[in-house]
Amino acid sequence: MRIAPKYTQRIAIALLGGATLLTLLVLLFIILFVLEKGLPAVTWQFLSQAPRDMGRSGGIFPVIVGTFLLPLLAIAIALPLGVGTAVYLTEYTRETRLTRVIRFGTDCLAGIPSIIFGLFGFIFFVVILGFGWSLLSGGLTLALMILPTIIRTTEEAIRAVPNTFREVSFSLGATRWETVLHVVLPNALPGIATGIMLSLGRSIGETAAVIFTAGSALRMPTSVYDSVRTMAVHFYLLAREGISNENAYGTAAVLILAVLGVNLTAYWIMNRFVGRHT
Amino acid sequence: MKWNSETIVRQVLTVIAFSSIAGLLLIALFILKEGLPFILKIGPQAFLLNSNWDPANGHYGIYPMIVASIWITLGAMLVGAPLGVAGAIFLNEFVPKPAMRVIKPTLELLAGIPSVVFGFIGVMVLAPLIRAYLGGPGLSLLAGALILGIMILPTVISISTDAIAAVPASYREGALALGATRWQAVHMVILKAARSGILASIILAMGRAVGETMAVIMVAGNAVKIPHGPLDSVRTLTANIALEMGYATGLHRQALFATGVVLFIFIMILNSLAGLVLRKKVRRS
Amino acid sequence: MTPPDSIKIAVESLSAFYGPDPGLRNINLPIPARSILGIIGPSGSGKTTFLRTLNRLNDLKPESRIEGRVLLDGQDIYHPAFDVVSLRKRVGMVFALPMPLPMSIADNITYGPRLAGIRNRARLDALIETSLQSAFLWDEVKNRLSSSAMRLSGGQQQRLCLARTLAMQPEVILLDEPCSGLDPISTARIEEALTLLKSQYTVVLVTNNTKQAARVADRTAFFLMGELVEVDETRRIFTIPRDSRTGDYVTGRFG
Repeated sequence: MRIAPKYTQRIAIALLGGATLLTLLVLLFIILFVLEKGLPAVTWQFLSQAPRDMGRSGGIFPVIVGTFLLPLLAIAIALPLGVGTAVYLTEYTRETRLTRVIRFGTDCLAGIPSIIFGLFGFIFFVVILGFGWSLLSGGLTLALMILPTIIRTTEEAIRAVPNTFREVSFSLGATRWETVLHVVLPNALPGIATGIMLSLGRSIGETAAVIFTAGSALRMPTSVYDSVRTMAVHFYLLAREGISNENAYGTAAVLILAVLGVNLTAYWIMNRFVGRHT
Repeated sequence: MKWNSETIVRQVLTVIAFSSIAGLLLIALFILKEGLPFILKIGPQAFLLNSNWDPANGHYGIYPMIVASIWITLGAMLVGAPLGVAGAIFLNEFVPKPAMRVIKPTLELLAGIPSVVFGFIGVMVLAPLIRAYLGGPGLSLLAGALILGIMILPTVISISTDAIAAVPASYREGALALGATRWQAVHMVILKAARSGILASIILAMGRAVGETMAVIMVAGNAVKIPHGPLDSVRTLTANIALEMGYATGLHRQALFATGVVLFIFIMILNSLAGLVLRKKVRRS
Repeated sequence: MTPPDSIKIAVESLSAFYGPDPGLRNINLPIPARSILGIIGPSGSGKTTFLRTLNRLNDLKPESRIEGRVLLDGQDIYHPAFDVVSLRKRVGMVFALPMPLPMSIADNITYGPRLAGIRNRARLDALIETSLQSAFLWDEVKNRLSSSAMRLSGGQQQRLCLARTLAMQPEVILLDEPCSGLDPISTARIEEALTLLKSQYTVVLVTNNTKQAARVADRTAFFLMGELVEVDETRRIFTIPRDSRTGDYVTGRFG
């Protein structure tokens, strides 16, 4: 028996719509579940005080600081490297076998599990170079982890700048670097900013690469050689060691809000810049 | 003068480019350097196909972890791929554009939920449900696969939506002009045109599932044994590295790097596959 | 300064290649100072390629290659010691489509001068005013110099591009079909500007509108399939051409 197309369409839409609804509900459930359980614990004291008794009581202030310090250090390292590399690959070399190999390499590394970066960072930075569990080890490890993403998004943003802008700039007597600086990079900025914010979001939520490189000290860091604990790590340890479910939920709520905040900022930046001169 | 500064800029950029590439290469080479000699020393077969993992007594077989990683990933795909692709089709074809402008960013925001949060939900909500209704310890292959399946949803939806949105509107209009219903146009024309993009999104999501660590450690149970069913506790390759690297030394540490090499190879294969699928599409069009 | 009626640019045995096929074949063409040279020919005849060899913009395409010489005031611009950046400051260009950079009107004008090292605000302001006036745009935009150049109309944008080129105070102005996308009124404004400009500049105008060449050019060159068929005073090209193909083209029998 053949079902009339009108009915197959209805069935299909119902199935697809159901699947979509299920997806959205599950994901929203996760966020709302964490916020509902966690937000009651989030008070001004929770945000502004140091943890006491391994995090069983007290707040998470040093952990919040660590959560932002570590990714910012990573971006400070990876951004000049990544943007410089992308500019070199797009504006200063011709498309050759070498650039294709480099692109494949960065793509592969972009997909490498973070635990491998953690393993590498632990042995190389913490043990061999002797940086110990520290802001520096964690920052370098995260920097390497986000470097492929920054190279890739910057490359794409640069490629999207119309070639005619470059020609106009050259015809007005600009050198290649002046063209890159005044025309290419400003126009690629929204794309680069998106890449940065994505990397920031990813680093803030990252646990596997951080816990073995930055360590989990609860003190406020005073130098790059001090160990820091991020919210993701703090949450993981509280939850896994069963130290305090209440504070774990509270930390998770702050963490989720932080990640959402970063991602929303990314959208805001993108829309603001994209609309400006068009 | 100017010519000189231009030369300096070029040289600085060359140095930067080669140092970032060297940095990335360093990771790959370092892992290989630490892991490969170990594999060669105890033999690939003893490492990959032996089920006995007991570093304290010199047994380094990771077969159970390989099996667990593969099953958990496949399970996650079973959950995530159909839901994700269905979501992408529905959002692109049957949801009005203004609503999409809200839903798509929301989904991308959801992609940013840290994996430890997913793991925690798995422990607090999913595992007790499994224990109560299906039996077993709760922390299991099934719990891991379900959590991973949910985690990869935003990835699958986001990349698939892009692939579907990239299908020229003329295809759709052509099909509709020939009297097809909206759904017929979708499954006869649009899905064919977007097939490789969708496939690539699934492969990339697989890469993410294979590599996920923290969520899996929290929900899969971490027992080193070959699973006999979905309710068994399992340990994946990534979990194996994360659980033991804090205290591993000597041969044991090398064994973990060797586990890393195996993961690396998994990811390389998946990335090459995704690249191949996408390149095929470019050649065809 | 180059005296009037002398040769500003001498193109000698110039061939340009993209891959194996020459895009231009053995061009010999003297370009007199302070006059307008019109270049006409059907599309694909090498007009634009020729124009872009005069400020070495073709260099940007990795597969391009040049044979022969282009002498600017007697110096070969393809000589390895010749500074290509200073060349492009002396030889300005206006492109086929209006292409303001995505910045404000004022920043578009001062882009070139700033790169050349002019920082003095008063001097930059003066340059903005004079170049916009020469391009007949000043009155329309003087009250919104800091608004985005992308919001101007197509005709205004193209005049802005002309003003931007003038602000560099070049010696030669290359125009690549500058009116191809414009309405008749904007076209008339640009042609009016060009006829005034030739007292100070050497102008090379590529156009696919033969009537435009007839209206504004002092001399006209006819290109066909990468070769220069003939060059002569515009009046002669349009009335008594030496080559029958030129006659066929200007009377509209092909192209």
